[in-house]
Amino acid sequence: MKTIVKSLLAPRKYFMQGNIACAEGALAAGCRYYAGYPITPSSEIMEHMSIRLPEVGGVFMQMEDEIASICSMIGASWAGAKVMTATSGPGFSLMLEGIGYAVMTETPCVIVDVQRAGPATGQATKPAQGDVMQARWGAHGDHRIIALSPWSVQEMYDLTIKAFNFSEKYRVPTILLADEVVAHLKESFVVKPEIEIYNRDKTLTETPFGTQEEDGVPPMPCFGQGAQLLVTGSTHNEYGIRKVADPDVQERLVTRLCKKIDNHKKDICLTERYFTDNAEYLFVAYGISARSSYAVVSELRESQINAGLLRYITIWPFDEETLKECALEAKVIFVPEMNQGQLVLEIMRILPHQKVIPIPKTRGEAIYPSDIIKVFRKYHE
Amino acid sequence: MSEHLYKYLRTETFPTPFCAGCGHGILMGVILRAIDELKLDFKKMVFVSGIGCGAWIPSPHFKTDTLHTLHGRPVAYATGVKKANPELKVVVISGDGDLAAIGGNHLIHAARRNVGLTVICANNSIYGMTGGQLSPTTPKNTKTMTTVMGNPEEAFDLCKLVKACGAKYVARYTVFHTKPLIKAIKTALNTDGFSFIDVVSPCPTQYGRRNQLPTLYDMYAFIKNRLVHFDALKKYKKEELAEKIIIGEYRDED
Ligand SMILES: Cc1ncc(C[n+]2csc(CCOP(=O)(O)OP(=O)(O)O)c2C)c(N)n1
Ligand SMILES: [Mg+2]
Repeated sequence: MKTIVKSLLAPRKYFMQGNIACAEGALAAGCRYYAGYPITPSSEIMEHMSIRLPEVGGVFMQMEDEIASICSMIGASWAGAKVMTATSGPGFSLMLEGIGYAVMTETPCVIVDVQRAGPATGQATKPAQGDVMQARWGAHGDHRIIALSPWSVQEMYDLTIKAFNFSEKYRVPTILLADEVVAHLKESFVVKPEIEIYNRDKTLTETPFGTQEEDGVPPMPCFGQGAQLLVTGSTHNEYGIRKVADPDVQERLVTRLCKKIDNHKKDICLTERYFTDNAEYLFVAYGISARSSYAVVSELRESQINAGLLRYITIWPFDEETLKECALEAKVIFVPEMNQGQLVLEIMRILPHQKVIPIPKTRGEAIYPSDIIKVFRKYHE
Repeated sequence: MSEHLYKYLRTETFPTPFCAGCGHGILMGVILRAIDELKLDFKKMVFVSGIGCGAWIPSPHFKTDTLHTLHGRPVAYATGVKKANPELKVVVISGDGDLAAIGGNHLIHAARRNVGLTVICANNSIYGMTGGQLSPTTPKNTKTMTTVMGNPEEAFDLCKLVKACGAKYVARYTVFHTKPLIKAIKTALNTDGFSFIDVVSPCPTQYGRRNQLPTLYDMYAFIKNRLVHFDALKKYKKEELAEKIIIGEYRDED
């Protein structure tokens, strides 16, 4: 149910670090349970929550590891709370089984992954965008999740709220795929007097795990309400009864878990376009890479070059239609990413007949406008 | 199961999936008796379990909120449920592999934190569901699917472990001790803080048949012959206790 609530922070301009803005966004969205395990570069979120949650009547738990963190927050979600955890690559890897469980049981929860340079322990304090595909495909079994990518401190706040809203509305784990740069960036952002939030539908129902429609989201009563909930990560029918050998139940469940996301892309997929009409050179980017791309595109426009930027705010599910529209006139499409080329694979798949040029960077530092320009020059006569 | 307990059960899910001779059905009845005798509000109870035969005791049979989780993680899930809504009475029922191997870390930390949970380990000393592999509570020298020459490792005494981590109430009985077991479960459910009960449950199918104990009666005799009461521990030398099953309430050492 959509409602308008007053912001927790007094409405004004703030100067804050991205991680703190993220924690404040969570609190504003109604998060009242946080469980986590410290890891750079996400720890400030946890530290801030440890102080702020008790102030608003919430619960903060430092768990024994990331597996315990995600599992305890799923339990808390079924007890009725809005829940969040934050981590980085190594912890995100440990959380994947729990993410799959949240998908299967349709448990609203928000996971913040502040990406750092990997693989393994990699460079703990250095930024990367290496978990894009892991966020999408990391949990085993066929499934859908939602992932959002912030490019500013403002969005660390705003998109955290959005992540809660999507997660509550679609009963799906939602990932805020941030990176070390936006997480540790300090800049000003605005808190509006009111925000729009979405609270899950807790109507008592006999069928909290199924709907008539093949893409529906059932209501989710919580523990203690008298719903006699049968929550299980095994394949189950609409009542929650395990059906571990019934092909029809397996097909119906998996189809709905996917379609409830796929068929609501119009609502979920957020993008921003800058000068994309008739763009000859299209940059497609997300997160901090989009910010550098924006600087490049602005500069090119000043030199009368027809460049545009399509910024993905929602990375998963991926908005194919908008990409096709923006790429109509494009001679070259550049995809700068702080990895060896991940989202670019999706773009190449969708635009098989166009020239798609990856601009990868895996040096444990932000991708700079100069990195992008260097590649652009090779394609601009 | 006695008919006065049917109100707690989704009888439409019967028969239970448990094999002939399995102790998990007795444990199910015993837990419900304890709840019935305490007149707890069943609607305000949440039963959390992991993956395994033991985890099927509450799910889908108990007619209240059940949370059937990932293998090894029920204690972590239960911690979240309890912390988010302390009004709920949260009980974990799961197997020895689930709670002590893959989930051992969660168990000791929940005991250390003194989270208000009751954890009941359906301990058949084997991985029943996956076909009889070694568990951390399998006694030394036992033959399992992954120790065909006999288990070379020492088993955990889960009660000792959890007690050492700060659990407020700890006890062990077998499913054959229904009366003291009901009493122990009642005490556990009334404990303010973390309580743990290790329940020794026979598994003729996966444990017994590879160790010349193919029937329930064989398993019963095998378990019975190894019992030592906690209060009588002082009478034994350490070496004499190696193969024993210590039953009773684990009290603070004085
Ligand atoms: C992460 C993970 N690893 C392994 C398994 C497979 N598995 C399912 S149940 C089980 C062991 C169950 O043993 P126990 O907890 O003692 O329960 P029992 O069946 O003996 O009652 C295992 C290894 C799994 N489901 N998940
Ligand atoms: Mg077992």
